[in-house]
Amino acid sequence: MAGKPKLHYFNARGRMEPIRWLLAAAGVEFEEKFLESAEDLEKLRNDGYLMFQQVPMVEIDGMKLAQTRAILNYIASKYDLYGKDIKERALIDMYTEGMADLYEMILLLPFCPPEEKDAKIALIQEKTKNRYFPAFEKVLKSHGQDYLVGNKLSRADIQLVELLYFVEEVDPSLIFSFPLLQALKTRISNLPTVRKFLQPGSPRKPPTNAKSIEEARKIFKF
Amino acid sequence: MAAKPKLYYFHGRGRMESIRWLLAAAGVEFEEEFLETREQYEKLQKDGRLLFGQVPLVEVDGMMLTQTRAILSYLAAKFNFYGKDLKERVRIDMYVDGTLDLMAMIMLAPFQRPEEKQETLASIVQKAKTRYFPVFEKILKEHGEDFLVGNKFSWADIQLLEAILMVEELNASVLSDFPLLKAFKTRISNIPTIKKFLQPGSQRKPPPDTHYANLVSHILQF
Repeated sequence: MAGKPKLHYFNARGRMEPIRWLLAAAGVEFEEKFLESAEDLEKLRNDGYLMFQQVPMVEIDGMKLAQTRAILNYIASKYDLYGKDIKERALIDMYTEGMADLYEMILLLPFCPPEEKDAKIALIQEKTKNRYFPAFEKVLKSHGQDYLVGNKLSRADIQLVELLYFVEEVDPSLIFSFPLLQALKTRISNLPTVRKFLQPGSPRKPPTNAKSIEEARKIFKF
Repeated sequence: MAAKPKLYYFHGRGRMESIRWLLAAAGVEFEEEFLETREQYEKLQKDGRLLFGQVPLVEVDGMMLTQTRAILSYLAAKFNFYGKDLKERVRIDMYVDGTLDLMAMIMLAPFQRPEEKQETLASIVQKAKTRYFPVFEKILKEHGEDFLVGNKFSWADIQLLEAILMVEELNASVLSDFPLLKAFKTRISNIPTIKKFLQPGSQRKPPPDTHYANLVSHILQF
């Protein structure tokens, strides 16, 4: 367990951002090697570092881990953010998989054709308000505890708060009718490791802009 | 833990099939309730058993589990198909996630227009032959063992077999360059519980046809 984890991705949020959030929340320092060109990606592929020729890839504990979920599962387990038994893990997985579905819609928004954008945003707003936020608000209401699962901080709380910030960037009004989600957002944001991550100068990446989109297209050739 | 797990889904493969495979591999009997009308689906949503208003739903061990991966991970852990430690688990996760990426493409195909569908099917076979199958062939070659991880039957083996059989339905000769995967396919298919599942009369579902696609798009309204 010599060095810090090393994250291989391009300099943007994309699919690596939840991994950055989880490591940061766990108080784990990490390094990042940014892909800047199609050649950088080719080199990683040719060197045999990418199991399915894709990034994210995280070097950790002597392994080169691929697949976002596998990486998140590993980090969550290693840093005790995955519940105390398989039933708690099942709940955490159920919640984070739902979050991932909404996250994916927002993630892909910058890449959708301009004429489809309004419809996609409307869909995100509708699903957030009617499907996802009510589900998590209900979970918090059902037990009245500070954390989603097992009265203890887990990846579910961290990933939900990341999602809440992400949704806020699309439409800040969506959280207004969800008081428990607002309280969770505040509470988790005030954890020392998370607060540090939310400050300027942290490894947190800014919202995807035209420059990032162009860079992604260039590196991944699409 | 008396009752059998109960699966709620359409009468077809879709996102539930991998769950059926895992239960069958473990030799666990399960019940199924098939959604045949929009009304049935809406009732299930109103009952509050669907956290995000979606199926698959599996009632197991007193939980109402939704989200395919949450269900699969829970069952894998419960049936000791998830490796002996965290390092084996992350390998299983990586292999399964790659396999599920391939299978996701297959799942989309029935719902696409004919022109798109042709392209998708060609892409699936191409990705299988150039991105996914070579990885697993190499893994088997490097350790020379019967199973993908830890010299023991795991979720990774079950998921890969399911994927191989699905791709073979699209292109019967897809394994022609992969001798170890051919042997793997035979070996895993001969495990008694799997062998039973592969026989007529089991709960394995047939490939999707137009009727299935129409039923699903009608019930889910897309």
